Amino acid sequence: MNSTVAIHAEGLSKQYRIGSRRDSYSTLRETIMEAVQAPFKRASSLLRGEAYGAAGLKETIWALKDVSFEVSQGEVVGIIGRNGAGKSTLLKILSRITEPSEGFAEVRGRVGSLLEVGTGFHPELTGRENIYLNGAILGMHRYEIERKFDEMVAFAEVEKFIDTPVKHYSSGMYLRLAFAVAAHLEPEILLVDEVLAVGDIKFQEKCLGKMNEVATEGRTVLFVSHNMAAARQLCQTGIVLEHGRVAHQGTIDSAIAYYTQENNPVSTASFVDTRQVTNRSGIGGGRIVSVAFANGAGLPDTLFGIGEPFSVTMNIELEQSLDVSLEAGVEIRKLDGTQLVNLRSDSESTLFPLEGGEKQIAIRVHVAGLPLYPGIYVVEPWFCQRQGRRVDHVHNACFITMETRGVFASERFIQPNRGVLLANSRWEKAAFEPVDTAAASRVEAQ
Amino acid sequence: MGTIAEKQQGLAPADIPVRAAHTFVIRPTHGWVSLKLGEMWAYRELLYFLTWRDIKVRYKQTILGMIWAVIQPFMTMVVFSLFFGGLAGVPSDGVPYPVFSFAALVPWSFFATAMTQSSNSLVGAANLIKKVYFPRLVVPISSVVSPLVDFALAFAVLIGMIVFFSVVPTMTQIVWEPGTLEIGFVPAVSAIPITANVIWLPFFLALAFMTALAVGLWLSAMNVQFRDVHYMVPFLTQFWMFATPIAYPASLITNNIARMIYSLNPMVGVVEGFRWALLGTDTQPGPMIVVSTLAALALLIGGAFYFRRMEKTFADVV
Repeated sequence: MNSTVAIHAEGLSKQYRIGSRRDSYSTLRETIMEAVQAPFKRASSLLRGEAYGAAGLKETIWALKDVSFEVSQGEVVGIIGRNGAGKSTLLKILSRITEPSEGFAEVRGRVGSLLEVGTGFHPELTGRENIYLNGAILGMHRYEIERKFDEMVAFAEVEKFIDTPVKHYSSGMYLRLAFAVAAHLEPEILLVDEVLAVGDIKFQEKCLGKMNEVATEGRTVLFVSHNMAAARQLCQTGIVLEHGRVAHQGTIDSAIAYYTQENNPVSTASFVDTRQVTNRSGIGGGRIVSVAFANGAGLPDTLFGIGEPFSVTMNIELEQSLDVSLEAGVEIRKLDGTQLVNLRSDSESTLFPLEGGEKQIAIRVHVAGLPLYPGIYVVEPWFCQRQGRRVDHVHNACFITMETRGVFASERFIQPNRGVLLANSRWEKAAFEPVDTAAASRVEAQ
Repeated sequence: MGTIAEKQQGLAPADIPVRAAHTFVIRPTHGWVSLKLGEMWAYRELLYFLTWRDIKVRYKQTILGMIWAVIQPFMTMVVFSLFFGGLAGVPSDGVPYPVFSFAALVPWSFFATAMTQSSNSLVGAANLIKKVYFPRLVVPISSVVSPLVDFALAFAVLIGMIVFFSVVPTMTQIVWEPGTLEIGFVPAVSAIPITANVIWLPFFLALAFMTALAVGLWLSAMNVQFRDVHYMVPFLTQFWMFATPIAYPASLITNNIARMIYSLNPMVGVVEGFRWALLGTDTQPGPMIVVSTLAALALLIGGAFYFRRMEKTFADVV
């Protein structure tokens, strides 16, 4: 193994045994019969030496299959993938919590894992006592904990309550303390699983800042996240897992691009049939059956220049004729889910009354032009009854592409992922103002 | 050269061997695996903290607190003294029955608590096991160590009782005449001699510790897969108590071969040892203690290997 390699994994696989699906028992008699027979069945399979068979776990799944990769020392790697893709299993194997079923991994350096904050916290113990306990559980030595004790308490902002049992803490204080201990762990290799998804926004930002600090200290970090923005901010490279296999490996940008494309098969069609889309929300009673895009000239298109006008049309079918008015909206998001634009018909005081019991209606919005950076964006249409809750909202199904052309002249500096918004700007040379006089003149002006 | 290395280690406490950069290989294990006792040593601080937590938390939110550690064996002693010593007239090797039974109940309570706690320890620590790596052996061991505090308290009471029955040898005792319900006054038995045998006490305590840990290792590992263990332990404790000479003396068994078979129960050696060392009962427990020790060792070594073999499934199954 090369000396600069921190983790070398080859063919890692993990098989889990899961219970076979049972028939739902229709009668009480069957339920009781099954309950009586079960111990004998289990005992007999135990005698035959099937350890798991005894627990009724016969079917197996591969949570991880043939996963091979290398991580260099100091590399910050984002591991991304959908739920159940094997991300957590991979971290559990690397942190030695569970054994692989096949394959091997060589790990160089002390490993610290943060699969969950607050592991081993005891409600009856005080904040101080829990810091020591939790630190020891995470593998810190007592002198290490002592050295960083004040820092942890300050980070968690619980100075006043440090000698209070944590059962009296608010959930926010509890999480902050838990994260503070974990964040001060100083292993050579840090495995982090979704721990940033705790607390309020302000604290999440603080956590992200702390993780950033760790990442820039030259430690090797494996970071599992669903938060693409956080992953992009922290990581240099990325590994995409799909159904327990490595689907993509490369720079974090390429990994995120791969992941978002795989998970949102981007349709470039200007007419999208949304009837089969399962990712939708709303109270029901009607749905958006299709969405159409057109350019400023009214021609079907999904490729628009920056700042160029376009239109979105949603075709709606109601389950029964209603004598009400509809309102509609269109949200435009980045692929990682960040909402950028929220267009609403009610903000333009436009209503769509349903006349003569019609059950089908089309609503179109003309967008004058969006100053968005080049890239692919999600368009999510929704509609509701007047001032009511959303009837249908189609997520992650319709896309538009902003191309590197349009009203902004200098295309050279406008590249994907260098920003979110563009603005019209004018540049000129101004007169230099010394600090003192400038301050004085401003005060006078007031 | 060695001294330089040592000095450097002394200067940089952060670099104690475990923490130094090292490479380890993760691969599937099959069959029997080594005990990795070296790693256990590296994690001794965790053992300390888990034990400390157990002790700290056990009697939280109780009024009587640590007194509970004494109440349980003491009340059992009172009940035994009334029914077995008094009503049934069970012999007590020439020692006042209350001391006779309490000298056995103190190590027994330790054993019973330690065994019950360690059997449930892994399931109780499921959250830890699923989220953090550490040698799993730490969990049952710490739950056998923490009842030692209770033992110390109960033991102090036992010493008090021995002193009481020794210092006041002429005091009359109130006892039930065996087999009747009449209360009579009889002269107390003579003073309890303190002999040099007491130096053996730590050994007998260690034997009780080993036995509790051995059973705890087997049962906690099984409990992960089969929660039947949880329901089995109370019965086991009850039966085991009757198979141990607590309410009655082992000297009731006179056949030598029967005695040896009897002492395959390691707690027989522990209890007879305690009585021999503290109360000076002259029951020649030597051979029984040897048999008990061997039985405990076999149980412990088997348990440790069984535990390690099952360990890899803990995080997945618990």
